[in-house]
Order: sequence, then structure tokens, then C-alpha cells
Amino acid sequence: MIRLISLLSGIIFGLGLTISGMVNPQKVLGFLNLFGEWDPSLIFVMVGAIIIFAPMHFIFKRKSRPIFAKEFQIINNRNIDKKLLIGSGLFGAGWGLAGLCPGPAIASISFLNPSILIFALFMFVGFFIANRIEKNI
Amino acid sequence: MNIINFTPLSALTGGLLIGFAVFLLFAFNGRMAGVSSIAANFILKRELRVDNSLFLIGLILGPTIYSISGANIESVITNSIPILIIAGLAVGIGTRIGNGCTSGHGICGISRFSFRSIVATISFILTGIITVLIFGV
Repeated sequence: MIRLISLLSGIIFGLGLTISGMVNPQKVLGFLNLFGEWDPSLIFVMVGAIIIFAPMHFIFKRKSRPIFAKEFQIINNRNIDKKLLIGSGLFGAGWGLAGLCPGPAIASISFLNPSILIFALFMFVGFFIANRIEKNI
Repeated sequence: MNIINFTPLSALTGGLLIGFAVFLLFAFNGRMAGVSSIAANFILKRELRVDNSLFLIGLILGPTIYSISGANIESVITNSIPILIIAGLAVGIGTRIGNGCTSGHGICGISRFSFRSIVATISFILTGIITVLIFGV
């Protein structure tokens, strides 16, 4: 059942990215083009997701365990450090160059567009590199 | 600033679906649907590899299922290969150094009222806007 939920959550997530237009890099770049011709749609995607998950998270985190899994895997890192700022800043720069972040990049593998496949491949290479250099930052 | 291509209804609908997907993974499996974490763990860790791969497969199936309905999915990417490589690496390295992306910090983190995630989200949106300002859409 845990595996079925993983698959189902991925499918619904992918449908949401598609319906919202977030699989189109031009739409994401339109949001980041604040000082040009601006497309505020991305804000509505985030607000839509947060208005569902914020109350649900509040309700379910009080339960002793998730419905299927044995325990909640809760991250309680509160540090606002150099790593967080450098990492997020670098991510934003890459996001602004191509208009792709990890969710849409992976969902868009389905389009078999060579440009997106190259981006996705090097994103995975980036995961490897980060894993190697992380301790030195 | 001119507002163009604004699609609030589809953005909100897609956002609600994404919120529901994130809720499913949390309430049933006790996990946060941060796509960069799931994708990086899928290649770097043996633990939960089947669950992670099922989520990623679902994500790829999302747009495919949507296109079966006959709808046309717009996805336009215009970057040169060197820029795609740089952008992919920046997104891959940045999201791992900063422990999250648009979904992990932007949706999951903000829904939990994590100050750390709010700082991360502001950081990547800010560098994204600056990058588009410099390099254009």
C-alpha cells in the first residue's frame, strides 16, 4: 500500500504540474520576469498547494504515526546557514536560466525533448557532485 | 511591469492537486514530497529506492496521462546546450546544498511554517528574478 501511495502521489503531482502549466519553462520564466512582462500564475500554484497541505499537515502531524508507514520522517533542521543560502541562491540561478526546477524537469522527461533530457541528466550529475562536495561547504 | 499570460484558474487547480499529492505522501507514508530530495535519494541511497522510483515514475506518468485526454501540453525550451548543462548542474548542486527545491522548501516547508524554508524560497526566487533580469527570458 505504501508503494501504491508513492506512485499515486507522483501521478497526481505530475498532473498538477501539467494542468498548472508549470511543465512549460516559458511559464516559469514569465513568473521570474518580474521587471518585464510578468506572469503571476506560479504564485497561484504555490498558494493552491499550501492551502491544502498546511491545514492537513497540522492535523496529521499530531497523530502518533502515518496511516500506512511506521513513523513520520520529520526534518527539524532550523539552521539558516551559509549552505542554505548558497545552495538556494545557486538553485535559483539555474532555475532562472532554463525555467526548470526538479519537479517539472522530471515530469517533462515524458515529452522526450532532447533539451529537457540534457537538463535533467546534468541535474542528476549535480546531485552526485553535491553529495561529494557538501561536507566542504 | 505588464501582466501577460496570466492563468489563475488552471494554476490554482494544478496547485490544489499538487497540495493533495503532497498530503497523500505525508498522511499515508509519513514523508515529505520534496522532489529534489526524492530524486537525489533515488540515485544516492539504497534505502526506500523502490518507493522513490515509484514516485518519480508517477511524476513522469502525470503529463502522459493528461495527454491521453487529448489535451495539448505546451512545453517550450529555447536554451543552447551549454546553458542547459550549466542550468542543470546549478539546479542539481544548489537544491542538494540547500536541502530543497520549489516543492521541498516552497510547498512543504512553507506549509509547515518553517522559517528556514521561507528564507530558502525567498533566496531562490530572488536569484531567479535577478538571473532573468540579466540574461532575459
